Amino acid sequence: MKRLILALALLAAWPVFAVTPSEVLDNPALEARARDISKGLRCLVCRNENIDESNAELARDLRVLVRERLVAGDTNEEVVDYVVNRYGEYVLLKPTAQGANLILWIAGPAMLLLAGGMGLAYVRRRGRAEDGTEAGLTREEEARLEDILRE
Amino acid sequence: MIVELGHFALVLAALVACIQMIVPMVGAARRWPGWMAVAVPAATAQFVLVAASFAALTYAFVTSDFSLRLVVLNSHTAKPMLYKVSGVWGNHEGSMLLWVLILALFGACAAWFGANLKPSLKARVLAVQASISVAFYAFILATSNPFTRLATPPMNGEDLNPLLQDPGLAFHPPFLYLGYVGLSMAFSFAVAALIEGRVDAAWGRWVRPWTLAAWIFLTIGIGLGSWWAYYELGWGGFWFWDPVENASFMPWLLAAALLHSAIVVEKREALKSWTILLAIMAFGFSLIGTFLVRSGVITSVHAFANDPERGVFILFILAVFMGGALTLFAARAGAMQAKGVFAMISRESALVANNVLLAVSAFVVFVGTIWPLLAELAFGRKLSVGAPFFDAAFTPFIVALTAILPIGAMLPWKRGNLTRTMQPLWGVLALSLAGGALVWVMQTGGSMLAPVGFTLATWVTLGALTDLWSRTGRGGLSGRVRRLRNLPGADWGKTIAHIGLAVTVFGISGLTAWESEDIRVAQIGERFGHAGYEIELRDVLRVPGPNYVATLATMAVWRDGKEVAVLHPEKRVYPVAQMPTTEAGIDNGILRDVYLVIGDPQEGGGYAVRTYIKPFANWIWAGCIIMGLGGIASLSDRRYRVAAGARKRATGVTGVPAE
Repeated sequence: MKRLILALALLAAWPVFAVTPSEVLDNPALEARARDISKGLRCLVCRNENIDESNAELARDLRVLVRERLVAGDTNEEVVDYVVNRYGEYVLLKPTAQGANLILWIAGPAMLLLAGGMGLAYVRRRGRAEDGTEAGLTREEEARLEDILRE
Repeated sequence: MIVELGHFALVLAALVACIQMIVPMVGAARRWPGWMAVAVPAATAQFVLVAASFAALTYAFVTSDFSLRLVVLNSHTAKPMLYKVSGVWGNHEGSMLLWVLILALFGACAAWFGANLKPSLKARVLAVQASISVAFYAFILATSNPFTRLATPPMNGEDLNPLLQDPGLAFHPPFLYLGYVGLSMAFSFAVAALIEGRVDAAWGRWVRPWTLAAWIFLTIGIGLGSWWAYYELGWGGFWFWDPVENASFMPWLLAAALLHSAIVVEKREALKSWTILLAIMAFGFSLIGTFLVRSGVITSVHAFANDPERGVFILFILAVFMGGALTLFAARAGAMQAKGVFAMISRESALVANNVLLAVSAFVVFVGTIWPLLAELAFGRKLSVGAPFFDAAFTPFIVALTAILPIGAMLPWKRGNLTRTMQPLWGVLALSLAGGALVWVMQTGGSMLAPVGFTLATWVTLGALTDLWSRTGRGGLSGRVRRLRNLPGADWGKTIAHIGLAVTVFGISGLTAWESEDIRVAQIGERFGHAGYEIELRDVLRVPGPNYVATLATMAVWRDGKEVAVLHPEKRVYPVAQMPTTEAGIDNGILRDVYLVIGDPQEGGGYAVRTYIKPFANWIWAGCIIMGLGGIASLSDRRYRVAAGARKRATGVTGVPAE
């Protein structure tokens, strides 16, 4: 939440302001696409902040670059590829599902299967314990039963 | 002099904690009542000493004692009193002192209110709690002493980070810490139970109030932080999946899981070893959170102290406590025999599913948080994991959780019948789906987020109310209303907390799907329209504040030709810290916020102005408050207040057991 602290501290001398009116494209469809792309690109000098929200100078340059490519007729993918080619995958806030990153993407579903399977096995075991050993009432339950019967 | 006394008190507290760690533990092992009894006065003394130490540091901040290094770095004479006080914990050293203060507070509470605990268990709990304290006293005294003096005190201080000078953030850390550290109690109970080799229904009943309290504080703390981000950062974001936010969110998820699994231990004496493991892991994640924040391993501005020495020390604490507890767990968990028997369709199974979903979702957040670090260390790839990943990977868990919640909450213990449980819920389900469909039709295009969010929120809310109503049994309306009032606190707490979750889910999906934004240059006197509102920039003034200079705008909001609000968005510059901050002008409403931000003057005249319409924003935090209230209602249940004596008389409550 306090990610802006550093960005602001660095930029006290040049107060700029996330997306400024001068950057906004006249074509609303292109602008919407630019905003969409910007939300997935990281501001390189900030901490875990996308270029759309960032106040940093470098983020502004990237925003302008994204808009230039869009105006030049690139598709969204082409724009992102262009930026990644220049700055590396570090700019992607949503990591690709390639190579080692597969671990990241599969970790959740795999863990869910594992934990779900263990949970299921546990539940079935508790269910079968009933059939096999027909556990008698606990002492508390017996006492309670006695109370009820006495009434 | 007072500062030295505070320093001395801190050292004494560390020594008392050492005694509290060793003597009762030996006493419990040897069954020496005298040695065990040492725990209570030791816990009290430790608390009094840390409190004195904390008071001394607060005194130094309040009186602006610039011979203290910490005060110089984080305070200034011109700062308002509230922020002089909150400056005490607005930095690394002070926040660690707050950490041990709360640790000692929880220990003392266990000592004071645990009169009904079995003596050996109580001695062990307090000893384990003290061992955590000892580790953190050592950390503070060795690496982060707040009482370091300067040889030549400067005339004035360097001021607190201006972003932290805010009422919301002044109270955000204490609440968060009460939550983090509160989980230490669950940890201490878990480790003590492992040493005792005994976990029963009474244990579940003792550990639940502490977990509940910690969870309430975490909920409020996270909510405060999110609310602060919303109004302070200047564009109305409320959650960023920042590593440090995740650090507080993971313990919250695990605490929520622990709350639910402790019910199974309490009611049915099943899921024992899992609950113990969860109690250990919940506190483990608090420690991991501390490590992430304090070491700066994962870059984030929250990491005020990027100091490897401190990071290694906390990592060492983490390794000792987690390693020790998990080893103990591995050795002893086998002895925890489950007693309760239950069928596949039962409340127990539903709570197992709840735990699987919550624990795995916490795991997903964890993997996402540390992945950049792992990828760089193991594969040499420098990459980022940001909000888009978490949104995609985490949201399905919340959807699944809220989808099964109303059914699971109404299933009977031991053995249920899905057809019978669903009977009163079919109507609710149909209504929720119809509502979702209506939302989908009404919003032209757009994502499925809002319809799904609305359906789930309605489903959970109405489901919770149906559940509560069904607890009043049969018969006439008046009789049922009377019984409704007499339902135990835990029943009410369950309903309220689940509704709170629904409100937050709805707020998040509504805001995310429907917010709109306008960025433009506005001249003074200009009026422009956005999303059915008209905004007029009336005036912009430069106004001096106590320790800042503000650019203060006056802006009017019109709707249908009527003036709805006059707002004053500000841009502040703090000269001492050389930092600007934005203060948004917000017209709060139940259905929407109008959110105005004033920017820089433009070359051609006029100012950059941003206008946001944020639908249902306040529902997000209202939901957090409602969840907290639900927790308090549950905590007020007299079965927990008389908790300890409940071992022999668990009966005496009419109707179906709560939760």
